[in-house]
Amino acid sequence: MPDGAAPVLDVRGLKTVFRTSGGEIHAVNSVSFHLKRGEVLGVVGESGSGKSVTMMSLIGLLPSPPAEIRGGEVMLGDRDLLKIAPEDLRQVRGAKVGFVFQDPMTSLNPVFTIGMQIMEPLREHMGMDKRQAEARAVELLELVGIPDAKKRLKSYPHQFSGGMRQRVMIAIALACNPDVLIADEPTTALDVTIQAQILELVKELRQKLGMAIIWITHDLGVIAAVADRVMVMYGGQVAEHGPVKELFANPRHPYTRALLKTIPSIAGAREARLQVIEGQPPILSEAPTACPFRARCVHAMEICTQENPARRPVDAAPLGHGHDVACHWTPEGTDA
Amino acid sequence: MLTYTLRRLLLAIPTLLLISLVIFLLVDLAPGSPASEIPLTVPPEVRAKILEALGVNEPLHVRYLLWLKQFFWVEPLNGFDALFGTTHAEGLQRIISYQTRSPVFPLIAERMPQTLTVIGTAYLVGVLIALPIGIYSAYKQYSLFDQFGTMFAMIGFSVPTFFSGTIFIIVFGVWLGWFPTKYDTTLEVTDWASFLKQLRQMAMPVMVLGLANAAAISRYMRSSMLENMKQDYVRTARAKGMSERTVVLKHVLRNSLIPVVTVIALGIPSIFGGAIITENLFGVNGIGAALIGAIHGNDLPMVQTLAFIFAILIVTFNLIADVLYGLLDPRIRYD
Repeated sequence: MPDGAAPVLDVRGLKTVFRTSGGEIHAVNSVSFHLKRGEVLGVVGESGSGKSVTMMSLIGLLPSPPAEIRGGEVMLGDRDLLKIAPEDLRQVRGAKVGFVFQDPMTSLNPVFTIGMQIMEPLREHMGMDKRQAEARAVELLELVGIPDAKKRLKSYPHQFSGGMRQRVMIAIALACNPDVLIADEPTTALDVTIQAQILELVKELRQKLGMAIIWITHDLGVIAAVADRVMVMYGGQVAEHGPVKELFANPRHPYTRALLKTIPSIAGAREARLQVIEGQPPILSEAPTACPFRARCVHAMEICTQENPARRPVDAAPLGHGHDVACHWTPEGTDA
Repeated sequence: MLTYTLRRLLLAIPTLLLISLVIFLLVDLAPGSPASEIPLTVPPEVRAKILEALGVNEPLHVRYLLWLKQFFWVEPLNGFDALFGTTHAEGLQRIISYQTRSPVFPLIAERMPQTLTVIGTAYLVGVLIALPIGIYSAYKQYSLFDQFGTMFAMIGFSVPTFFSGTIFIIVFGVWLGWFPTKYDTTLEVTDWASFLKQLRQMAMPVMVLGLANAAAISRYMRSSMLENMKQDYVRTARAKGMSERTVVLKHVLRNSLIPVVTVIALGIPSIFGGAIITENLFGVNGIGAALIGAIHGNDLPMVQTLAFIFAILIVTFNLIADVLYGLLDPRIRYD
């Protein structure tokens, strides 16, 4: 991807809180990232780390109340999605930003045909009539590799397998040629062979269509297979971010390091127990004034409880473009 | 879908036969005699003759089979004759009411229109009020509107119709004088003025029953909507950029209606059961009132026939609910 090209999506300092009767939950805390055309950004983190909430915040998919976006900018092209009217934001959803969700078994409406569900955004956003939308729907189903597409338009979701349904979800997300495709754990609910097929499909579609992709997962193997860059999230904020090869080869954040150690090896004898990260994920009801990982961190220091570390570059590139980490600790033998 | 419907239809036949036997036995074995209304001054041999004339002395199975024949063969034939002016049913024994000594079916047919107009309208009004309230209450859960809806449903649920009906009569009938307190069965709608009069005398029973019906159905609608609003496909519809209107009134509503339609369809036989209390309270001379009268008079043929008609209606609307279920939910269709 050409460096220096204007990003399609530029998120700066996004903050989302959930207001509950027990106080505020700081679900997303000052998250910044950007995305260029044709780029795949992998977002990893454990459950509750704020991956999905971040992405849903971008396009107003969180129910409000309880969710409230406290600050930041979400620039899609030259528009700030956090500032535009709800009706304009609705026109962005499904048209400029496509979304694929985790569970294809429940993400499609069981009482409507596949065709109707694909045609809905086409008619809503592209102003197509029924015939045009139908033609486009067939095209989309063929694009995501569903055979006999024309006949399949009349099928209902329950007549499809999980993998097929996820293909349909991808077809819906791609219907209006979005600039950005957000895939929220799209392969988590699928078995590995289907998962591999979907990964291949997305890689192929990116080449063909050139949209930018945000791929949320907690599977590091998937990230290695599809992503250009990785963003590791922990406790509602970005722990580490960088090009996928660099980050995997040279992880800086204790959490990333621990995470990489948890991947079981299939080579060699089974000599060791599976690695785990001890402790519990942080409770996000406290104000984010300390490092969220400190309680589980093997390198925790005094300063970790006093100051929430800011992201700092670990290579020569400007912040957000190269490898950066939000940690007070510096591994031995490095100077950054 | 078609084979599914046909199979259900065929299954209904043994079901109905079994129900008919149970109804016949229950009513027949109940204590009491059709002659109990006759004064004790009547000599025993005359009493025996009256019972003989009523056909009560035949053995049980003979009377059951005779009744079945009359119900399924003679009475439909009579209906056919009445419609087309033929005389196929001439000389065949019809089901005769002990009380009036006349066939029960014309009696029922006489009472039916009152019940259908009043109770039927009340049910329709109830459904039409309940659905929007349920939908909006769920969409704005815990809002002021929802709180009011909940209160409304609580009142409708917990206040019995004989109480709310009496209150209505006192307030709207006596104090305000807006509506007549008694339903005039002899009123015939011939022109605008009599139509208005009919509307006015229907208003109170319709409101009382409508409130009770709406309370239950709005609760079903609300909880079904809430259930579906949490589903993943709703998030998908929002992510596709559909308007709130489309999301709620198309995606959520279509799914939420599936259980509610069943409830509504199964409630329809109760129209014919005719909210007996309300009919009595307002003097609507309908089916419910007829049933009460027949029970009091030990009029076994009338009670058996009415009870069996209700059973047929319940089985029929069960079937209709199942078919609607299949139409609304493609996962149920049996093809």
